[in-house]
Amino acid sequence: MNDVMILGEVKERSLDLRTLELLGAGKKLAGDLGASLSIVLLGDTVSAAAEQAVPYGPNRVYKLEHPLLKGFNADLWLTSLEQTCRKINPKIFLMSHSFIGMELGPRLACRLNTRLTTDCIDLSIDPEDSLLLRTKPVSGGNAISVFKCPGEPQLATVRGNVFEPAEAGDGKGEIVDMVPEIDESMIRVESIEVVREVVVALDKADVVVSGGAGLGDEDGFALLQDLAKALNKSFGNVMIGCSRMAVDKGWISSDHQVGLTGTMISPNIYVAVGISGAIQHLVGMIQSKKIIAINTDQGCNMFRVADYGVVEDYERVIPALVKRLEELS
Amino acid sequence: MKELEIIVCAKQIPDPEAPLSDVSVDVEKKEVIVDAPQVISPFDENALEAALRIKENMGAKITILSLGKKVSDTVLRKSLAAGADKLILLQDDAFEKLDSHSIASVLADAIRKIGEYDLVLAGRQAGDWDSGQVGLILGEMLGLPCISLAREIMIEDGSVAVKKNIPDGYEQVRAKMPALVTVSNEVGELRYISRTKMLKMLRGASSIPSWSSEDFVSAKEELRKMGIVALSSPPDMRRNCEFLDGATPEEKADKLVAVFKSLQ
Repeated sequence: MNDVMILGEVKERSLDLRTLELLGAGKKLAGDLGASLSIVLLGDTVSAAAEQAVPYGPNRVYKLEHPLLKGFNADLWLTSLEQTCRKINPKIFLMSHSFIGMELGPRLACRLNTRLTTDCIDLSIDPEDSLLLRTKPVSGGNAISVFKCPGEPQLATVRGNVFEPAEAGDGKGEIVDMVPEIDESMIRVESIEVVREVVVALDKADVVVSGGAGLGDEDGFALLQDLAKALNKSFGNVMIGCSRMAVDKGWISSDHQVGLTGTMISPNIYVAVGISGAIQHLVGMIQSKKIIAINTDQGCNMFRVADYGVVEDYERVIPALVKRLEELS
Repeated sequence: MKELEIIVCAKQIPDPEAPLSDVSVDVEKKEVIVDAPQVISPFDENALEAALRIKENMGAKITILSLGKKVSDTVLRKSLAAGADKLILLQDDAFEKLDSHSIASVLADAIRKIGEYDLVLAGRQAGDWDSGQVGLILGEMLGLPCISLAREIMIEDGSVAVKKNIPDGYEQVRAKMPALVTVSNEVGELRYISRTKMLKMLRGASSIPSWSSEDFVSAKEELRKMGIVALSSPPDMRRNCEFLDGATPEEKADKLVAVFKSLQ
């Protein structure tokens, strides 16, 4: 079948925003190819989400319901998707570059003997051979590469917040029930316990005060906390961020990490303290409206992308800054 | 009990922390040119650190596999200085610019040739192409249980127990060995290696085994290059930085306060 298929993800019984973005991307590709669009949904109960998907215009909604598909067991989801792809034979299959897509994409590509491109920021059809052109940042963001790969389905995971979400219309596609052939013996990685942690929603912050290797030690973050507290009196939502190096050194938990493998953010103000500005960090915060950098090394990358720079030891300038801000409030 | 055998896949790449000015894009040749020293890809260093901690806890033999057209043993010897037991370089012109699937298939062949292993570790993604595929594909090819994004790895009675990252916390999972685990940076950075140790390892005359495709690759004709159609520079990220000068930290702080006021 000449089909563009996407994997939908359901949060609290409803399609997540990334899925609507995939529907938007998929619809355009299907239009360019003259193909149909379908969405596949997995879970223990996905009926409500399947109904919700119809108005967005897919020709078919494949519904894979099974008690074992509750939550996310990668082994079972993978086998279910493999079976679905073998039945439907989609030309193109898109997933979010989400936790689920990052895990399933490479494994599915291997099982179907096809090639995957991860974290795509653009997708289009080459008019000459009707193959999928997959655009992705490489080298941490130092270059943008366009790939074309053999094999079907043509697989890609798609970066969030890049494609316009589809809008609900008067779609009348059909909902198709599929029965995954799975059982517990296929589980090779056993889940013992899921531990929810309080994580910071960095992407919701108005101001992010961020620290890196230049802080020198864990205590540096206490100073950043002081600054965040002082700024909180004048600005809404002030949060603490960090570079990957700070996480690697064990100074702070990874939910604070900004960058390619952390959170991508665009706050009103980003204050980078002791962060030299590795490219994989910069791509995560470059959309910030104003960037303020504090660093002892005037030649570092961060000053190149900053709006305001202070060349100074943070341990000297931040206490002074906190004192002034508190005097003013 | 038999000693645990751990294989760590480590890729050599140009330092991803290199300043922006040292990176350029050759549009014609479709190459990213990085004028920076070669290093072990950071997440692979995290994987090595995870292996070293297991070794400390219960003993293990750690073998490092590194694949490329040409791999520098001076860069990879760092893994030996850190405590790995064996380093095998997989070098061949045919290994240049391979796609993830082909890299995984070459690594799988090398691991089959090694034969005995309990655990295969790889970084979650490489610091050059950021694809994040090789580890998991390798696990599939070897028919192993696959665990991604580990932040802590423990060994318990023939099983590997992993705390893996999930979006809002972590999941404790377990799989029978042999298994494949991809490692995230929460594991911690590679331990400090003293200069003396490093120099000793570099001067050490022990020759590093190097395998070429003839030695172990099962289907050389099936290896494929990355299908790059075009390569370009990203949009310019530079801004005009206004430096806030002052004779003392207090003066600089005053100027910062003015900036914050203006942004309020």
